[in-house]
Amino acid sequence: MINASMRQVWLAVLKRDLRIAARRRSDALNPLLFLLMVVTLFPLGVGPGPDILARIAPGIIWVAALLASLLGLERLFKDDFQDGTLEQLCLLPQPLAFTTTAKVMAHWLLTGLPLVILSPLLALLLSLPMQGWWALALSLLLGTPALSALGAIGAALTLQVQRGSSLISLILIPLFIPLLIFATAAVENASMGLAVHGQLAILAAISVLTITLSPLAIAAGIKMSVN
Amino acid sequence: MWRWLHPYAKPEATYRLVEKLLPWFAALTFISLVVGVVWGLAFAPADYQQGDSYRIIFLHVPAAIFSMGAYAGMAIMGGIALIWQIKTAEWSIPAIAPVGAALTVVALLTGAIWGKPMWGTWWIWDARLTSELILLFLYIGVMALYFAFDDARTGAKAAAILSLVGVINLPIIHYSVEWWNTLHQGATITKFERPSIATSMLIPLLICLAGFLFLTISLVMMRLKNEILRHELGRPWAQQELEKN
Repeated sequence: MINASMRQVWLAVLKRDLRIAARRRSDALNPLLFLLMVVTLFPLGVGPGPDILARIAPGIIWVAALLASLLGLERLFKDDFQDGTLEQLCLLPQPLAFTTTAKVMAHWLLTGLPLVILSPLLALLLSLPMQGWWALALSLLLGTPALSALGAIGAALTLQVQRGSSLISLILIPLFIPLLIFATAAVENASMGLAVHGQLAILAAISVLTITLSPLAIAAGIKMSVN
Repeated sequence: MWRWLHPYAKPEATYRLVEKLLPWFAALTFISLVVGVVWGLAFAPADYQQGDSYRIIFLHVPAAIFSMGAYAGMAIMGGIALIWQIKTAEWSIPAIAPVGAALTVVALLTGAIWGKPMWGTWWIWDARLTSELILLFLYIGVMALYFAFDDARTGAKAAAILSLVGVINLPIIHYSVEWWNTLHQGATITKFERPSIATSMLIPLLICLAGFLFLTISLVMMRLKNEILRHELGRPWAQQELEKN
């Protein structure tokens, strides 16, 4: 039952988050730079041979993406929690679970989408075969929404914790594992010229499930902390 | 049913119930573990393929099963704590989590000890081993979250939400790990084809299973008693209880 007022609130929250990010560009850029640097470390660590790089490229890129997505998470709700915005969101007649999806969407637009756009560059750096490129981009496109949604659960649960960022990683990394498995399997299959529809379909299914159910957990976490 | 259940929302009533039940469960644990383990380790016949080293299943299988069972129990308690806001259900989360984590560690260690002579390696990235390890991480996450808050009630709620999220994710993780393993290195894994187990081994195994179930329940009860006392320290009945001992 999405009516006009709900859509308005949703868009307002989304726009506000994007505007804040536009005013503080380093917050949005840092995770991406971190990702790029982590990817740079691997050729230095395992040797620059294209064979070995191409073999481990999907894993490197996805692990780096998981780590990068953890970086900014602590800030996702914390500023709003401290300045009282979250309380206002709780008081809205629109359900909190619904409005938080706007924040998750903003987070994905700022962290997930740039990753998708950046992925050909990463594939090039790690000499991933050409056939794997689109699979990498698609797996990131389908998988990163779930990263944002799960990450928001972690951020909501640790709102009151003083230095929560290591705790967030501890909670979330086990939950990220299925995404990593299916995404890397898809990219590997694609670079070997095999069919990838199955893996991508499962990734999409995980994302849909996560996006549908996680707002309930996020809202519960926020309400628990705001009281 | 509610008429019998709702008194236990009161911590003191739960404490009395646990106090009454604990000796029985402890006795059952003792009897079934002694019978099961002695029977399994000393009297059950040796396996025709694995010799005596198969005997570790009398510890390994029950620990593995109840490491997962304890997580399910913790998630159910988390659901009760969130829906009906029952304090004793909240306190049972920190009571269950360390017990479940310990069972997971036992399952991993006994598995490694069995794997060395059988598979020739302590650790293998087999699907079951990996998902058991991830289960341990989930337990650690729940415990870390519970103890991260200054306010115990908030911590309990956060841990309850996390354990519910985890219980939805657990099957997904389990099946994805299974799928990953068969995809990457199905040939190198010598998956232990279990022949339908002989009755002479099955009976001690079942007794051990019962023993671990009672052991889990008794340990959780002991921890729950302490949790209740710790949170109710200011109340007169808790003071009397402490002075009595």
